[in-house]
Amino acid sequence: MNSNGNQLWKKIKAWPLLLPVVALLLVMAVNIFHDLMQGSNPLSFFTITLNQTTSGGTILYGRIIDILNRGSEVAILALGMTLVVSSSAGTDISVGSVMSLSASFCCMLLAGYGVANTSELAVPLIVGVLAAFAMGTLCGAFNGTLVAYFGIQPMVATLILFSAARAIGLLLCNNLIVYVRNSSFGAFGAFTGPVPTPILIAAICIALVALVLRNTSLGMYIQSVGINAKASRIAGLNSKKIIFLTYVICGFFAGVAGLVNSSRITSADSNNIGLYYEMDAILAVALGGNSLGGGKFNLAGSIIGAYTIQAITTTLYALGVSTDQAPVYKAIIVIIIVAIQSAPLKAYFRKRSNIKKTGTKEAARA
Amino acid sequence: MKRKILSVLLTAAFVAATIAGCGGAAQQAADTTQQAADTAAAAADTAADTAADTAADTAAAAEEKVEEAADTAADTAEAAADAVEEAAEEVQEAAADAGASGETINVGFAQVGHESDWRTASTKSAQDVFSAANGYNLSFVDCDNDSAAQLEAVRGFIEQGVDYIIIDPIVSTGWDTVLTECDEAGIPVIVIDRTIDDSDKYVSWVGSDFLTEGKAAGEWLKAYADKQGIKEINALIIQGTTGSSAQIGRTDGFKEIADREGWTILDMQTGDFTEEGGQQVMESYCKSYAGKFNVVVCENDNEAFGAMTAMDNAGVKYGPGNDVVLISYDACTAGLKEVQAGKITADFECNPLAAPTVEGVIKTLQSGGTPEKQILVPDNWYALKDQIVDFSVDGKAMSMIEVTDEVIEAQY
Repeated sequence: MNSNGNQLWKKIKAWPLLLPVVALLLVMAVNIFHDLMQGSNPLSFFTITLNQTTSGGTILYGRIIDILNRGSEVAILALGMTLVVSSSAGTDISVGSVMSLSASFCCMLLAGYGVANTSELAVPLIVGVLAAFAMGTLCGAFNGTLVAYFGIQPMVATLILFSAARAIGLLLCNNLIVYVRNSSFGAFGAFTGPVPTPILIAAICIALVALVLRNTSLGMYIQSVGINAKASRIAGLNSKKIIFLTYVICGFFAGVAGLVNSSRITSADSNNIGLYYEMDAILAVALGGNSLGGGKFNLAGSIIGAYTIQAITTTLYALGVSTDQAPVYKAIIVIIIVAIQSAPLKAYFRKRSNIKKTGTKEAARA
Repeated sequence: MKRKILSVLLTAAFVAATIAGCGGAAQQAADTTQQAADTAAAAADTAADTAADTAADTAAAAEEKVEEAADTAADTAEAAADAVEEAAEEVQEAAADAGASGETINVGFAQVGHESDWRTASTKSAQDVFSAANGYNLSFVDCDNDSAAQLEAVRGFIEQGVDYIIIDPIVSTGWDTVLTECDEAGIPVIVIDRTIDDSDKYVSWVGSDFLTEGKAAGEWLKAYADKQGIKEINALIIQGTTGSSAQIGRTDGFKEIADREGWTILDMQTGDFTEEGGQQVMESYCKSYAGKFNVVVCENDNEAFGAMTAMDNAGVKYGPGNDVVLISYDACTAGLKEVQAGKITADFECNPLAAPTVEGVIKTLQSGGTPEKQILVPDNWYALKDQIVDFSVDGKAMSMIEVTDEVIEAQY
C-alpha cells in the first residue's frame, strides 16, 4: 500500500504539467481563502449555476465559466505561439496586431467599406469569417517568409506587422470603430445553447492541433528543427518549410482569435482588439513550463498557462482589487509562478530533499 | 524558386499596400488646404496608383527576374514617395501664397491623432469651421500621437507664417520653448481639449470640463432618484483608463455628489474605455454584487455597450423603467441610439466640437479684443422624455436634450 502510494507520488512528481497545474490551483485557492475571510460560501468562486438571461435563454453562469470564456483568445494564440517558439526559438510579437487586422478586415467586409454602424450584413457571414482566417494566415505567411527564408530574427521580422497591422486595420476602417450589430456575427462571442461559443471554438482549435500532433510526425519535426535546425536539415527535414509552417499556423490562430474577440463586442475596435495579447500569449507559453529557447514543447502546459493568466485577472476582479494596483499583484503572482519553475530553484529543492534522505542514512551509520 | 516568387509577391503586396496608405494620407492633407488642393490630390493619387500598378506589374514579371524585380519595386516605391512629398510641398506653397494675398485667415492645427470616433469628430469639426467658404485656410497636421512630431508641426506653422495656431497637446509638458517661439513670431496660440501645464504663453484654452460632466451625472441622478422615489443608491462605477483626465474628472465629479448625498459606491474598476473591458468588469460585478446595485456608471459609451451585454447575460434588467439605472458619458451617435432604444438611462456628452468656440476666440482677437483664458465648450446632457428632470450644477441650472431621430442624425 505504502509503496503503491510512493510510486504514485513519484509519478506525480515526474509529471511535466505538475508545476503549471499547481500554479493554476494556487491562484484559484486564493479565492477560497478570500471567501472564507469574508464569511461567505468558500466555494462560491467555483460554483456553476444555470442562469436566465434577460432574453429568456438559459446559460452556464459562474467565475469558472468566465475564466474559460475570457481565456479563449489567449489559449488559441498560445497554440500557435508554442509551435513558433519551439521551431524558431523566437516569438511572434505580431499576433495581437494581426488579431486586430483580421477583425477589422472581417468587419469592413461585413459592414461594407466606409459604413461605420450597421445591423445588416453587406456580404454573407461566411465570407467575413473566411476573410478573417485568410488575413491571419496571410500575415503568418509574411512573418514565416521573413523568418524562414530571409533568416531575419523572429523578433525583428514580426516587429514589422506588430506596428503595421493595426495601422492597416485602421485604414480599412477609415479610422473608425466599425459596429456590426448583427446577431449572426455576434454568435461567435455569445452562447451556443448554454455554453459560451468562445469556449467551444477554443476546444475545437485545441483538439485540431492535438490531433495533428498526435497523428502526424509534425510535432516531432518541429521539435527537432527547434533543437538543431542544421542537424535536422542534414537528417533530411526541410527546416525552413517547417519554420514557415509554424508561423502560418500561428497567423491562422491569430485570425481565429481576432474573429472571436470582435464578435464578442460585435464591432472592430482596431485600436484595442488584441492589445497586449501577444505578451499574454508569450507569458502563457512560459507559464506552461516551456523554454523560450525553442526545442521541446508541451502544448497542454501552454493552454494551462493561458487559463492561469485569465484566472489571475478574474480573481483580481473577484477580490475587488483596486484597478491602479491590479498590475502589481499580477506581476507578483507571475514572478512567483515563473520562479518556482526555474531550473536553479528546482535544483535547490532536489538537493535539499536528497540531503534529507542521505542525511538520515548518515545519521544512522554514525 | 516557387518560394522565392511567393516571397517576392508577398513583399510587393505589402509595399503596394503601404504606398496606397501614403497616397491616402497625402490626399487627406490636401483636402484640408483648399487652394490647388484638387490638382495636388489628383497628382498624389495618380502617383500612388501608378506606383501600385507598377509594383503589381513588376511582381508579375518576377517569375523571370526575381532580384531585378525586387530592386525595381523598391525604386518605384521611392519614386512614389518622392512624388507624394512634392505634391505635399506644392500644397503648402499654395497655402503660403494664399496667405500672402491677405484675404483669408491662415490657421494651423496640430491634432493629436485619430484614435477614436471622438477625435475624428473633433478633426471634422475643425475642417468644417475653418473652410475656404468661411474665409479660412487651414493647415492640418495629424500628429499620430507622437509628441515630437507635434512640436515639429508647430514649428512648421511658424515657418509658414500662419496667423493662428491651434494645438491639441499630446502631452501637457515640454511646451515652453516652442510657445515662446510662437510668441516671438507674434502668432497667437489657442489650446484645445487637453491642457498645457508648463507654459502660459497661449491665448486661450478651449475644452470640456470632465469634472462638470461627473457632477452633472451626479446631480441628475439625485433629481431623478427623488422623482422616482428611489431611496437608496448603490452604485457601481466602470472607470476609464486609469490616470486619463476624463477618468479623473468624471470619477471625482460623481464621487463629490455621492459623498454629499451619502450614496454607497460599491466598487470602482477600470474598463479601459473599451467595450470588452466594460463587459469583463460588469460580468464580475454581476457576480460579486448580485442584486445589491441599482446604479451603474460607465465612463464612456463603449464601456456601457459592454456592460449592457454582461447584464443581459446575468439577467439584470436595466434602463428607463427598470431596477438598474445605467449612466454613460460621451454621447456619441452609437450611444445616443442606445438611449433611444431605452437601454442607457442618461448620457452625458463630452463635446468634441471645439472649433466653433475657437472661431469665436479668433474673431475676438481679429477685432482687437482679449478672449478669456479658459473657455468651456458647451456640453449637452441626453435622455428620453420621461428621464428628463431639472437639476443644477454648482448653482447653475442645466437643461437636458430629449433624444430623437433628428438629434441622433445631427450628432457627430
